[in-house]
Amino acid sequence: MRKMSSPLKLHYDVPGNDFARAGEASSSIKNTLKQLGFPPVVVRRVAISLYEGEINMVIHAGGGVIDAVIEPERIELTLSDKGPGIADIALAMQEGYSTAPAHIRDLGFGAGMGLPNMKEYADEVLVNSVIGEGTTVKLIVKV
Amino acid sequence: MTIGQMMEILDADIICCEHMTGTAIHRGCGSDMMSEVLAFAKDQAVLLTGLINPQVVRTAEMLDMLCIVFVRGKNPTEAIIELAKEKGICLLHTDYTMFTACGLLYEKGLRGADAENE
Repeated sequence: MRKMSSPLKLHYDVPGNDFARAGEASSSIKNTLKQLGFPPVVVRRVAISLYEGEINMVIHAGGGVIDAVIEPERIELTLSDKGPGIADIALAMQEGYSTAPAHIRDLGFGAGMGLPNMKEYADEVLVNSVIGEGTTVKLIVKV
Repeated sequence: MTIGQMMEILDADIICCEHMTGTAIHRGCGSDMMSEVLAFAKDQAVLLTGLINPQVVRTAEMLDMLCIVFVRGKNPTEAIIELAKEKGICLLHTDYTMFTACGLLYEKGLRGADAENE
């Protein structure tokens, strides 16, 4: 792995009105981690958990921002939006529970697996949400 | 099996990344729900799906998949094809249904994520 003298910080804006472009931030971070020489299994865990979060932001929150802090021993990803918020976080973490509208299922999502997948692949998932103000999800993947 | 052998088994046409026909495929996954595909991520090299939108390519990219087979005669859009070319993911399409296509590949030895290492 390439030596890093200081944490690498990356910022992405995720547009909310363009489902076709969703995933660009996750793809970019995945490529960056590969170029830095992180182990493939770590790259995949980051890619999957972040991609699920990015899709959630587009589906539920009208987009948002993603900030990544990359260090040799850990990758921290913060996804922030100004969407409607999550009424019951514990319920949202249950497999199969979804508040996605029906047309999202036609797009291949809305199965209620987003947050559970993030929990499966990241070492830590911290969700803070205020109804009417927005949601912040922090993902930590340890190398 | 290779992508070329998969094409013969499925009577499939290749849409892009023709140079990958010799690439080996070790595992398969068939689904129209992308979160389900992400949930059962293993070293799955081919995704069979009837879903037509760019997130199919993104999902395959996140899982380092090598090939997507569009079933039920579905044809991807130009945007999907361009994204697949950019990511180096081979696209095929077959007229077989999902059930039949998966069955034909299984019959010839391709296994899914839940199979024991073979």
